[in-house]
Amino acid sequence: MRGLTWRDVVKHLFRNPLSLVGIVIILGLCILALLAPYIAPHDPYATDPINKLQPPSKRNPMGTDGLGRDVWSRVLYGTRISLWIAFLILIISGTLGTVIGIISAYLGGFWDNVLMRITDIFMAFPQLILAMAVAAALGPSLTNVVLAISFGAWTVFARLARSRAIAVVQEDFVEAARACGAGHFRLLFVHILPLALSPVIVQGTLSMGGIILTAAGLGFLGFGAQPPSPEWGLMVSEGRNFMPHAWWVSTFPGLAIMITVLGFNLLGDGIRDILDPRMR
Amino acid sequence: MLGYIARRLLWMVLVLWGVMTITFFVARVIPADPVGAILGPQAPPEAIERERERLGLNRPIYVQYARYVLDLLRGDLGVSLRTRRPVLQDIAQFFPATVELALSAFLIGIVLGISVGVVSAVYPGRVIDHASRVFAIVGLSMPAFWLGLLLLLGFYYKLGWLPGPGQLPYWMPRPPRLTGFLFIDALLAHDWPALTSYLKHLIMPAFTLGWISTASIARITRASMLEVLREEYIKTARMKGLKETAVVMKHAFKNALLPIITVVGIRLASLLEGAVLTETVFAWPGLGRYATYSFLSIDFNAVVGVAIFTAFLYAFCNLVVDLLYAYLNPKIRYV
Repeated sequence: MRGLTWRDVVKHLFRNPLSLVGIVIILGLCILALLAPYIAPHDPYATDPINKLQPPSKRNPMGTDGLGRDVWSRVLYGTRISLWIAFLILIISGTLGTVIGIISAYLGGFWDNVLMRITDIFMAFPQLILAMAVAAALGPSLTNVVLAISFGAWTVFARLARSRAIAVVQEDFVEAARACGAGHFRLLFVHILPLALSPVIVQGTLSMGGIILTAAGLGFLGFGAQPPSPEWGLMVSEGRNFMPHAWWVSTFPGLAIMITVLGFNLLGDGIRDILDPRMR
Repeated sequence: MLGYIARRLLWMVLVLWGVMTITFFVARVIPADPVGAILGPQAPPEAIERERERLGLNRPIYVQYARYVLDLLRGDLGVSLRTRRPVLQDIAQFFPATVELALSAFLIGIVLGISVGVVSAVYPGRVIDHASRVFAIVGLSMPAFWLGLLLLLGFYYKLGWLPGPGQLPYWMPRPPRLTGFLFIDALLAHDWPALTSYLKHLIMPAFTLGWISTASIARITRASMLEVLREEYIKTARMKGLKETAVVMKHAFKNALLPIITVVGIRLASLLEGAVLTETVFAWPGLGRYATYSFLSIDFNAVVGVAIFTAFLYAFCNLVVDLLYAYLNPKIRYV
């Protein structure tokens, strides 16, 4: 990041109103997720058939769903699921991608070529189709959504980490460490990894929105969380049948997805603007 | 140029082989129990053994792999367990609906996206620029399946202006199937009521699918135009006394086109992905809906078939974009 320190980035982010909105949204969602059990007025799983499909009211700010469950409480608990899944996917695919990327750069030559061509081939798949295939093979569940999306999402990180690490590998201090007797493992993870990490972290922020959308899409199609989970995509799907006369069942969980993704996209945009002033 | 094309084609063959290998891994190695998935949990052991024998699952993994590759090379994708028809036949039946949907969405994306982007770049910092930037980022954040449901709610259930899910009303006979493309079939049959009804049915799904592309095309158009408009030759063109529209359209837009084409190409390929969700929402009888149902019922032959087919399309779109790019920018050919 040409001469920019993390402190500069943070300073710029707080000065840009749009990315500030993004940060506020994300922090707000994290707080909601943490405090969900204290804020939620009802048990997200408690059914109440007599009060099913009630429109938004004081008692149920977002109405009730087909089983009489409080939509607002479910949306609140859904925040935990969405943020947690996206975070896990980011950690798994980010780690996998970074490790493959720096190993590729470190080995160079033939193996670098092989690893990068494998990365290209994974990129040749439409992400959602690949994730659907893996989720189908593993069976539908939340854990498998994490694995399925990570299976295709690591490629960007591998490319970025590699391109950064290639420059690092040639630095004198790496040679010096090797002369001091550092092994491959130590060179890779103590000396090269920390310097290859910043583009990966930036890309991670940029990817969050897309990851949440893909996860929600899998949930909507039925490959992800299973009932009675309050996962947002699944909730939108469950509300589909009531759409004509009870719009709130699908609308609010969908709105929650949009706000979350918007938060991450705004933050990502701010970061991109700082790194690439042409986009301003 | 020829050498470049040859290299690109060779690379595509390699990619397709890789794709085949990954799908083999996904369909045969990851699932703990493919036979159980086919026969169900209560199948007697003899039946399971017979099915394993029939599928060749008791052979060593490399034999299975070789058989799988040979079958694919002959164009044999196997029989779908759900529809009990050859997978290739299924794909051929459902693909045209997806193409029609994706192309209309693509058209919406290009026309809307480029006009919004250009206007935004010509008036940077004005209200219209801010509005279009907000539109772009909100558009990118909206789940397509949710947007589709909201459109259905508003324009079908509440206002009744547009028809609901599906391609034609249930009582309207489908024109004879010649090409599989309903639009062309209706034209050929001179079936005007079906044609107009079909076009009306197409509006909402196409808009839903096109929306995301619109947002990202608008965004790259704005960025690319802003950069070009700062160049010296734009100043020269203005000083020559050219009209502003001529400066923007002839001098700036043409030169801003390269990055736009890249994004447009990426969007074309990813329309396939959006189609999966859009088709499910609008009960559109396309490949995306077929994929969802086959994947959900763990119909492995169909999973492999659809995955390879879409990867092939994806690779093909990328190839076309790369060639177009090389044609427009000769510097690339010699790298």
